[in-house]
Amino acid sequence: MTVLPASTLIALSDASVAYGPVQAVRNATMRVAQGEFIAVVGANGSGKTSLLRLLHGVVAYRGSREVSRPSGVQAMVFQRPFLLRLSVWNNVRIALWLAHRHSTSASRNERAEQALRRVGLAALRDRPARSLSGGEQQRLALARGWAVRPDILFLDEPTASLDPSAKNDVEALLADFAADGMTLVMSTHNLGQAKRLASRVVYMDEGRIDIDLPTSDFFAAGAPGRAGRFLKGELSWSLDG
Amino acid sequence: MRPDERLAMSAVPETFATAFRLIVHADPALVRTVALSLAVSGTACLCAAAFGLAAGAWLAVVRFAGQRAVLLVLDTLLALPSVVVGLAVYLLLSRSGPLGSWGILFTPAAMVIAQTILVLPIVAALARQVVADALRDGGDQLRSMGAGVLASAMLMLLHERWAVATVMLIAFGRAIAEVGAVMIVGGNIDGVTRVMTTTIALETSKGDLPLALALGLVLLFVVALLNVAIALFRRGSGPLAVELR
Repeated sequence: MTVLPASTLIALSDASVAYGPVQAVRNATMRVAQGEFIAVVGANGSGKTSLLRLLHGVVAYRGSREVSRPSGVQAMVFQRPFLLRLSVWNNVRIALWLAHRHSTSASRNERAEQALRRVGLAALRDRPARSLSGGEQQRLALARGWAVRPDILFLDEPTASLDPSAKNDVEALLADFAADGMTLVMSTHNLGQAKRLASRVVYMDEGRIDIDLPTSDFFAAGAPGRAGRFLKGELSWSLDG
Repeated sequence: MRPDERLAMSAVPETFATAFRLIVHADPALVRTVALSLAVSGTACLCAAAFGLAAGAWLAVVRFAGQRAVLLVLDTLLALPSVVVGLAVYLLLSRSGPLGSWGILFTPAAMVIAQTILVLPIVAALARQVVADALRDGGDQLRSMGAGVLASAMLMLLHERWAVATVMLIAFGRAIAEVGAVMIVGGNIDGVTRVMTTTIALETSKGDLPLALALGLVLLFVVALLNVAIALFRRGSGPLAVELR
């Protein structure tokens, strides 16, 4: 086991994820540093979500995955967030209870209120979470993620199923979180979103990390091979050719 | 129409009328029987819920060697014949049985034990299915939030509380409608262990159809009432019924 540099939160070395015979992530080696906003891009089935799950530690893997603070809190916002059939308020409260069981009820309440205010859902706190619109549900999922003060917030295509207005709301929130210094790792199909929000882009192809560059370099470099075709929109929905 | 058929046809409305009179006037024997039935089956369902919901949710969340065999046994027990349960409990509680010293054979306590055993597999198997289905949808999210086995199981029971209420209703329906087990371990003693189903069986064999019919109607009414109560609670309270402190 190596000692990670102070700024490194997670380090993968030669890590792979397989679902039966399907290799979802192949020999991934990368680091996630404090305060970064990493966009993981790639075509459908390229392994973006599996890479996020591998970084998050919620999937079985081979290879090495080191975390600088094993007891630290991580959170993940899924493409279709799973919300408990409870009120908006209780969904945030339960996330806080799971992440910070030793903190006081008053401090959890205060944090839950802050989180709902931050995403603009304070007025809806008593509404059933599942009665919210798609955009509101995604904002609630973000509130739940932000509330627990995670070392890293993982986002799996957080705007994929949202209309343009809701997408803008979520992007604005993510930009806010990043400005506060939160470390974010987001998978996305949306290259414009990656360009607008991320500080670093990881391009995945057939389970491999093909390119890992600062955002400006990724979009300026004229990426070679399949990455170049992906940037031109030729690989957005399939892996043929 | 033959004379005996005409007689039977004319007896049916009369039987119904007498049955309704018994219900409307709250016949003491009827009330006592209904109250005991509700108490025995309600207590059995509470006991089954305490063990069965926890066991079912746990079975949905954990993975262990031999789990398939356990689930197979559990599913098989869904079809447990009530007379077999009655016989097993009778053997346990009879004077010469291992629990004979408790001295509870032919008491409501014995009936509660029998009905608990009868509905426990139903509660556990259906709760497991409910939680397993919910985990397919949200298990990753709960794991991501740091929920362990116990927290995941309990949160999914809370999440699916209406489905759980339906499971308990099914269990109650099975308990209150069964006759074999309570007949064997209760003995159908008037005023002590006589419940609706054993009374219906007895009165029918005696030819006292109005009381049997009245009890049958009450039985249906009780289950319908429970359904309505759950539907009203669900509509009136919705997801806000649970407020965490």
